[in-house]
Amino acid sequence: MIRFAASRLLSLTLSLLLASVVVFAVVEVIPGDPASYMLGLNAAPEAVAALRDELGLNGTLWTRYFGWVTGMLTGDFGQSYTYRVPVSDLIAQRLWVSLPLTLFALLISTVIAFPVGLIAAARRGTPSDYAIMGVTQLGIAVPNFWFAMLLVLVFAVNLHWFNAGGFPGWENGLLIGLKSLALPAIALALPQASILARVMRSSLLETLTQDYIRTARAKGLTRAQALRRHALRNALIPVLTIIGLQFSFLIAGAVIIENVFYLPGLGRLIFQGITQRDLVVVESVVMILVFSVILITFLVDLAYAAVDPRLRSGR
Amino acid sequence: MISFQNLTLAIHGTPILNDISFELGQGQIFGLVGESGSGKSMTALALMQLLPSGSLVGGHVEVDGADVLAMSEPELCTLRGNDIGMIFQEPMTALNPVQTIGDQVAETMLIHGTATKSEAAVIARKMLDRVGLPADKFPSSRYPHELSGGQRQRVCIAMAIALRPKLLIADEPTTALDVTTQAQILELLRELVAEENMSLLLITHDLAVVAGMADHVAVMRNGALVEQGPTEQLFKTMSHPYTKQLFEASSHQPNRTGDPQEIPILEIKNAVREYAAPRRKLFHRFAPFRAVNDVSFTLMRGESLGLVGESGCGKSTLTRAILGLDPLQGGEIHLSGEPVLAGEHMPASLRQKVQIVFQDPYGSFNPRHKVQRLVMEPFHLTKVPENPREHVANALETVGLPSDAMDRYIHEFSGGQRQRIAIARALVLHPELIVLDEAVSALDVSIRAQILDLLADLQTRLGLSYLFISHDLTVVRAITDRVLVMQAGQIVEQGPTEKVFTTPSHPYTQQLLDAAPQIPDDWQETKHA
Amino acid sequence: MRLPVQLVLGAALTAIFALAVALSFIWTPHDVTILTIADKLQGPSGKYWLGTDHFGRDMLSMLMVGARTSIAVAIVAVGIGIGVGVPLGLMSAANRGGLLDEVIMRGNDLIFAFPSLVIAILITAVFGPSALNAILAIGIFNIPVFARVTRGAALSVWTLDYILAARTCGKRALRISIEHILPNIANLLIVQGTIQFSLGILAEAGLSYVGLGAQPPTPSWGRMLADAQTYIYNDPRLAFLPGIAIVMMVLGLNLMGDGLRDLLDPRIRRER
Repeated sequence: MIRFAASRLLSLTLSLLLASVVVFAVVEVIPGDPASYMLGLNAAPEAVAALRDELGLNGTLWTRYFGWVTGMLTGDFGQSYTYRVPVSDLIAQRLWVSLPLTLFALLISTVIAFPVGLIAAARRGTPSDYAIMGVTQLGIAVPNFWFAMLLVLVFAVNLHWFNAGGFPGWENGLLIGLKSLALPAIALALPQASILARVMRSSLLETLTQDYIRTARAKGLTRAQALRRHALRNALIPVLTIIGLQFSFLIAGAVIIENVFYLPGLGRLIFQGITQRDLVVVESVVMILVFSVILITFLVDLAYAAVDPRLRSGR
Repeated sequence: MISFQNLTLAIHGTPILNDISFELGQGQIFGLVGESGSGKSMTALALMQLLPSGSLVGGHVEVDGADVLAMSEPELCTLRGNDIGMIFQEPMTALNPVQTIGDQVAETMLIHGTATKSEAAVIARKMLDRVGLPADKFPSSRYPHELSGGQRQRVCIAMAIALRPKLLIADEPTTALDVTTQAQILELLRELVAEENMSLLLITHDLAVVAGMADHVAVMRNGALVEQGPTEQLFKTMSHPYTKQLFEASSHQPNRTGDPQEIPILEIKNAVREYAAPRRKLFHRFAPFRAVNDVSFTLMRGESLGLVGESGCGKSTLTRAILGLDPLQGGEIHLSGEPVLAGEHMPASLRQKVQIVFQDPYGSFNPRHKVQRLVMEPFHLTKVPENPREHVANALETVGLPSDAMDRYIHEFSGGQRQRIAIARALVLHPELIVLDEAVSALDVSIRAQILDLLADLQTRLGLSYLFISHDLTVVRAITDRVLVMQAGQIVEQGPTEKVFTTPSHPYTQQLLDAAPQIPDDWQETKHA
Repeated sequence: MRLPVQLVLGAALTAIFALAVALSFIWTPHDVTILTIADKLQGPSGKYWLGTDHFGRDMLSMLMVGARTSIAVAIVAVGIGIGVGVPLGLMSAANRGGLLDEVIMRGNDLIFAFPSLVIAILITAVFGPSALNAILAIGIFNIPVFARVTRGAALSVWTLDYILAARTCGKRALRISIEHILPNIANLLIVQGTIQFSLGILAEAGLSYVGLGAQPPTPSWGRMLADAQTYIYNDPRLAFLPGIAIVMMVLGLNLMGDGLRDLLDPRIRRER
């Protein structure tokens, strides 16, 4: 198990390193001179030179890259050009909106999908199965940001149960914070829950055709017992893969959804960065997003090993 | 104790079983024999009431006077595992991969509420000991993937007999296993029946297995029982023609008039093939695994040479090297005096001298091509002839198929016909050597007899040389002049087939021969030559 | 043989959109490049079947022309995924366990760490927004998807005996991949293609919505939704129509994909 974790950790580090090279190449090398790009066409040469100094653009590519990576490792992402504050402060602030939102959505999505998928598989071919399959088929087709707009229309504009957007901050209390994240989280979660429920169902049905289920039935287990005791854990393996993949969709989705609800998260930050050509902010937030996807992949790999003994005993 | 009365079964309207009646006494071993599709497994599943959906059953199946077909699902769940245990053909997939073997055996007790969790674990441990998986080597905390096929089948048996059922159903329990493992599992089953005074319903396609095991035998064909009776009596009389046919096919001796010449066609000298051992530690490489270890032999023109060995002995690896698919790490292979090299280094003119026929009649063909294109594939090595259809028609005719077969897709043919098409594909370039890799192992005995006849006939007519690879000793004995016995990558014995079979010199050969189930000689009225 | 219901329904929905797009090239009820501010925010009428938007453009015409953007982006993105991913997957499978396999699979993992939105952000930050960004971003993300599906399916075909037979006939990996592997995994690729197509339409809508995709005046469903957000209190119709169009299009493709899978997968067909 430890060997397995260590080998996954090694590949995580490697992925991160490669990702940083890609981001660095796209943001700092391809545009030519980032300083004149950030200041636009009409910038005074002195201003450009000053910014070049500030960004450390006068060093070689290698020292710039090395400086950037070692900086990130110590939590120093550089100075935002537009906000004139350390980017790490900006990210820390915004992370407290984006991270809870993503986790909240992941929670809602799994809490809904697991029982729904289980019911559909257990009652295969019945009206409840068909109903679930129909609803989830529709759920997959709905763009989350449009669904978010509909939620605003119904629950904020018409029913006034929630605010249409904005975030009061956690200092006003946990419940108030969660309440303002509820609609965005639901909008993010439901399409993903539809996918997850369908994967859960088909994975369970696939597992139910396996030989060991027949063995279990021959031992005297009822259909339901065989499903619970033998199919469930085996069916979880492909479901974990999807949860891992979904996390990256949720992160991307959160960036968009924050725009619908005017939430001060990483998504808003990155769009401000783009419009103001603040490359330091853009590359830092991108690295944070990529880092979280890679981290989740790593955790999913560990979860595999916890579920499947074949992976634990060295492959 | 268990009785089937006029059992009928239809699945989605297709009749599967027709008027099956027989009885099983306590402590008896009952052999149910038949070819694939005869309905023998469905009979057992009807007793367990684990039939596929869409099944419609009629008649009665009684266990101690209670009709199973009339029982409710909860009653059936009490019956299964408690009164009747069952084991299946495929031990590799029969166990839950994410649960320990101890837990899986203990579950039988837990489900039926006969023991607490800790008691069940203790009984499960005893059961594993009982089936030959001692605690020091096979702790209960093992997972299925850490065990071999034979060991997994033992776990299945432990699970099935944990509650000391009155009846154990074994559906082809040893078909997926090697012959020595088969002998051990059959011995274990025999012991358990004797000690526990349990009945055993043994389902198999292998007449020799029932001959050695069963007290009573029933023969099935197309969903009906054709004959039943006490084993010895049934074998001695064989009143039904189908039984006789089955028996003759299983010990079929094709008419061989080959005459090997003293010209070597295939020469192998000190062949070594190694695989890199899987990396267990990051910075440490283990010694590579030698799949083929210093193998030397010669195959003469017109000769049929057998290669016998159990799974994992290196047969397949050796075959791939002979076909020029994988390189050797040592030694050399010569085909008609020319060296065999792997991959692109082997000239097409040499490749066309050797062709292969595989075991699986289903996986041997690209399902998207018509037979003509399939049979023509070897022409990649030469130029496609001007009249390809004629060549294909000839090849098909040689193997006894009509030439219009070439315009059909492979799924339109039966297993036996596919094997004929595979032989036609091998013949189309007029090779000198054909490698037959378990070429008849997947076929029912009657089809197998026909294909063996065809192979013998082709050898006589075309002067072919065969390398006949098989785990089945009977078949090898019937079709080869000489035989090689392979164990753990090495040839441990070689010699004329009859001599090796009658007076084996190596203990492993002796072990293989002893393990192979036999119909006692004095039971056989129609002895083969 | 009976066609699966989903396939018929999905194909019908998809056909409607395909026809609408084809029609939009020769005829739309109104010209979407002309703004008639006087007619802005009108409800459905005989003149404007689905009403007008905040610039007085006909909604039906906007939807028809907007569908072009969505479909074009999705088609090209799937094309990139198939064109690059499938050959990579085939190469990877043919060299199983080799260095090339390792490099391709690591490369795949790396791209998987960049959701298409992140790729779009990176490209936009440097080159500015355009529909091309959306195509590239979604297309790049499709490459590892197809590479993985291809590799997995190809690996299982490589173990079959007919591949060994082809090799004994002296056929090389490239020839075998094209002649034996590709036709036997085509079913799977078609099904995956429809799935990625529908995901592409969703992704394009998302990117246009946040301004990383097609730029005005090119109509696109995502942009129409972004514009509608301002008017959601007054005229929610502006938000309903493009949303429903997206849902119907994606639903049609997904149903078609499921139907194709049922039709092409012999295992499921037997079960029915």
